[in-house]
Amino acid sequence: MKHLDVAAIKDGSVIDHIDSKSTLKVADILNIQNEEQVVLVGVNLTSKFLKKKGIIKIEGKIIDQKEANKIALIAPNATVNIIKDYEVVKKFNTVIPEIIEGIVKCFNPNCVSNHNNIKTKQHVVNKNPIRLQCHYCERIMGAKDIVLI
Amino acid sequence: MASFQQRDIISIRHFNKDELLYILDLARRMEQMDHADLLKGKVLASLFFEPSTRTRLSFESSMKRLGGTVIGFAESGVSSAAKGESLSDSVRIVEGYCDIIVLRHYLEGSAQLAADVAAIPVINAGDGANQHPTQTFLDLYTIQKTKGTLEGLTIGFLGDLKYGRTVHSLAYALAHFGAEMYFISPPSLRLPGDFMEVLKDRKVKCHENESLMGISKRLDVIYCTRIQKERFADPVEFEKVRGIYRLSKAMLEEVGIKDDLKVLHPLPRVDEMDDSLDATDYAVYFHQARNGVPVRKAILAAVLGAIA
Repeated sequence: MKHLDVAAIKDGSVIDHIDSKSTLKVADILNIQNEEQVVLVGVNLTSKFLKKKGIIKIEGKIIDQKEANKIALIAPNATVNIIKDYEVVKKFNTVIPEIIEGIVKCFNPNCVSNHNNIKTKQHVVNKNPIRLQCHYCERIMGAKDIVLI
Repeated sequence: MASFQQRDIISIRHFNKDELLYILDLARRMEQMDHADLLKGKVLASLFFEPSTRTRLSFESSMKRLGGTVIGFAESGVSSAAKGESLSDSVRIVEGYCDIIVLRHYLEGSAQLAADVAAIPVINAGDGANQHPTQTFLDLYTIQKTKGTLEGLTIGFLGDLKYGRTVHSLAYALAHFGAEMYFISPPSLRLPGDFMEVLKDRKVKCHENESLMGISKRLDVIYCTRIQKERFADPVEFEKVRGIYRLSKAMLEEVGIKDDLKVLHPLPRVDEMDDSLDATDYAVYFHQARNGVPVRKAILAAVLGAIA
């Protein structure tokens, strides 16, 4: 019988193949603290592809592509499995969206988004390597500049 | 070419070559014809959260010369910002009083925020160290008028290239015209790396230098800028670069220049450009400042749909 490091869920979503160190950030972005049903979070699990991976299982919640894409910046290898009656009924990868909203802080301290109560917004100008252009101040951030809110 | 009617003028990046040339052509028409009633009944709100002479007054002059009227303020201390009102709220209020907003603000991205909030057009009159698109239109107009073309020129940008928004905007615009660019600054005031990357992505030939020595004879235009004390958080850092460049007639002729070199400066100047240059054929910065009126008349008329 297959051994599971993190218990199975009956109906809901499993986000798998998260870079282990990013798992809790992904959990934040998915706002799991406000879930009312069971949420299982595993880190440092063995993975063929990532050596160590993270996994998040959310009972009773179906994550769609749009929501999954919110985590693509920090978990580009993540896969989403939709579970129904303990079986995977749908599986898809995260895709970096064209616009990132409310996730990344602008690295420019003089940007209006760091001084007003507004949702940050960046346009993805390149996906690999990642380059984000702030919608407001137009400065371009590389991977080393990305700080999550 | 997209229509200018009701369009926000936020960043020079939003305009292609045909659109840039369209505004320059319209500015030429503005110089040649009387348009005294073109914007009759229209109101411009001039919201300047940062000091300005040329930009603010040339916008006001342009609007009035086209028959429109102007409301607004010239410093944030006299607006509700002093009471803690957010920029978004200020813009939402003001848009009910006017047909177009001209905004200068010390925070980068403020003009885009205003444009996102307002249903009427917003013109960026300078947002922190980011962009100053109408200045760029008048810089292009000045270069085109004095050099006879915008194509294939070699431009030297001199001074504060890190915080100088006019440099950032003009460099982007000139990338459309096959310009070769020399960025001349002390190491601490170099063009930000992400700006340089974009120019290189657009196949612009870019060079970085610390002085005019050895390159001055290649330049068709020197775009000189003030080292802006107000952008330095640390006064010690400002003192290190203060007065580092001082252009004068004697200095330029000593390092060697083309006979038809033109020197532009968005002004105000402090000590980076000597009065001895003023009477030479190189100096076009006062013409440049005057060109603010026909160019801004063209932009206002196009955005308010009064001319095609």
